[in-house]
Amino acid sequence: MPTPNAIPLPLQHIASRPRRDLPEETQQPIRGLPIRRPPQWHAPLEWLVRALAMLAVLAIVLIFAFLVKSALPMWTSGEVRKEVTQAQMWFATLWPGYDTPQNVWQPVSEVPKFGLWPLVTGTLKSTLVSMAIAGPMGVAAAIFVAFYARGRTREILKPTLELLAGIPSVVLGFFALVSLATWLQDTFGFDSRLNALVSGVALSLAIVPVVFTISEEAIRAVPATYVEASTALGAAKWQTILKVVLPTAAPGIASAIALGFGRAVGETMVVLMASGNAAITSWNPADSVRTLSATIASELGEVVFGSAHYAVLFYLGLLLFVFTSLLNLLGGRVIDAQKAKVKSR
Amino acid sequence: MQLADKTRSLRAKLGDTAMVIATLSAVLLLLLALVLLLGDVMVHAGAKLSWTFISQAPSNGMMAGGIFPAILGTAMLVLLMTAVSVPVGVATAIYLHEYARADALWTRALRMAVQNLAGVPSIVFGLFGLGFFVQFVGGGMDKLLHDGHLVWGQPGLLWAALTLATLTLPTTIVATEEALRQIPAAQREAAYALATSRFEVVFRLLVPQAMPGILTGGILAVSRGAGEVAPILFTGAAYFLPELPKSLDSQFMHLGYHVYVMATQSADVDASTPILYATVAVLLILTFTLNLAAVVVRARMRAA
Repeated sequence: MPTPNAIPLPLQHIASRPRRDLPEETQQPIRGLPIRRPPQWHAPLEWLVRALAMLAVLAIVLIFAFLVKSALPMWTSGEVRKEVTQAQMWFATLWPGYDTPQNVWQPVSEVPKFGLWPLVTGTLKSTLVSMAIAGPMGVAAAIFVAFYARGRTREILKPTLELLAGIPSVVLGFFALVSLATWLQDTFGFDSRLNALVSGVALSLAIVPVVFTISEEAIRAVPATYVEASTALGAAKWQTILKVVLPTAAPGIASAIALGFGRAVGETMVVLMASGNAAITSWNPADSVRTLSATIASELGEVVFGSAHYAVLFYLGLLLFVFTSLLNLLGGRVIDAQKAKVKSR
Repeated sequence: MQLADKTRSLRAKLGDTAMVIATLSAVLLLLLALVLLLGDVMVHAGAKLSWTFISQAPSNGMMAGGIFPAILGTAMLVLLMTAVSVPVGVATAIYLHEYARADALWTRALRMAVQNLAGVPSIVFGLFGLGFFVQFVGGGMDKLLHDGHLVWGQPGLLWAALTLATLTLPTTIVATEEALRQIPAAQREAAYALATSRFEVVFRLLVPQAMPGILTGGILAVSRGAGEVAPILFTGAAYFLPELPKSLDSQFMHLGYHVYVMATQSADVDASTPILYATVAVLLILTFTLNLAAVVVRARMRAA
């Protein structure tokens, strides 16, 4: 006769391979307990997960490898080096037909000239204009949403502002090209309708969501006890914000700016459509500019595979990749450090 | 004493008012920009936007008819991209969060690489797509399979989709990992105590719970993929094609690419402007709907 309240013996599962993340003693089967073996087909699927993850890693490695591979002829190929050298790209060169040494970008001409300064200044100009707008606006909006907006307002405001991030950059470029450029020219009377200011303003709309989202997170990560302590000491809200919250959140805000900057440098469609695409070296923001990204976008289509021009365009891509990666690393590191700091308190 | 108190409270009031005005005006300016942009597009698009416009092919040298091929091309591209990006992204996130050891150097390097991938400019993905997928993989396939005849070694739907999949990979990885992170460790421990394998814990306990997060990531990836133009400039998009794409190596029309080419290279600006606005409106409606869907899914997830 069976015992009335027999408790079934617990099952145990033994991993097919020893798991390094669990203590040694848990890996040994317990004598007397039935062992449960999961179906055989789990193992191949598990390997599939690993393989797919490796595919993602591969993609990242491949991007860098192929940029380098395609830009490499700049150093290794004699033919390419006859047309372009690092010195010609970065310094002024005395070209036939010119009176003084100059750094110009004229990749398609009898004597191709691959001077990068017009592109670098162009990129910096429209990027700085966009950061001058998006930086303060993004941070100010983050302060408002994190500090003054409450309940429903906050819940509606935040996704609405983040909706800006959902606007495709080609739409921003189109808007800048067709409407914004006209409005700004009517107001300021620019000589060239499309210029660094127009593209900078449009670009700022693409950057603001980045700055806003990350700064808002940084501001909300400031421990409530800081705010309470400051208020208890008699500080007004604005004093608490300026003297306590912002300094504590400063690393996060700095990385928001860094990541926004990286996005602005690499953003393509907006500047391609709204910057005028003239490779002029000047610091006047009302001049047309041509950026590094727009140069790649507009010239890669017509370039001969394997030519000097082709290698130079990949070299520009490599520059963008390295520069944005550095900014990303910097921004990511600051965010991590801040998270650790806030946690440890 | 009383006077000092009064000045102090006055200062507090003035300062707070200034702070609210400064920050609120930033918010309002951004909202204004959003409204201006949407208003500008919708007002100009209004008359043109119709069923004929979204269901017919362009005619009369792009100046009449609709943009159906561009809508279809965008949809095919995004579908194909999702089919690659989501499985790989989800698997990578599962590997990162459930399989790899959290403190290992390798895991940290991997996570950093993913973070970095998210910040790579989209035009660089275009370069990569052309150099790797089109010329290296495609060209290689032609040499092997077609005796060097140009089939795969030129821009096409598959290459554009794979390029976009690489671009949107971080979106799905980050969203999935975030969802996995929110599941309490106790659930995993309880499941292990009941003699389940790691595979069962991951696929029968964690993934079902992480589904809303995965869905959000997928939707955001689709929205991003639908709007990106720079990566497909050289990997498969075409301005005008007489017929719809038939296979994976065909070129395709694309809403964003359509806007770019028409806005910058159109000969007849007056005739093309209404079409442009309507195309932009379709693209915006598409991406905004997707973004709103992501917001709703995320809100539901938080409420649950």
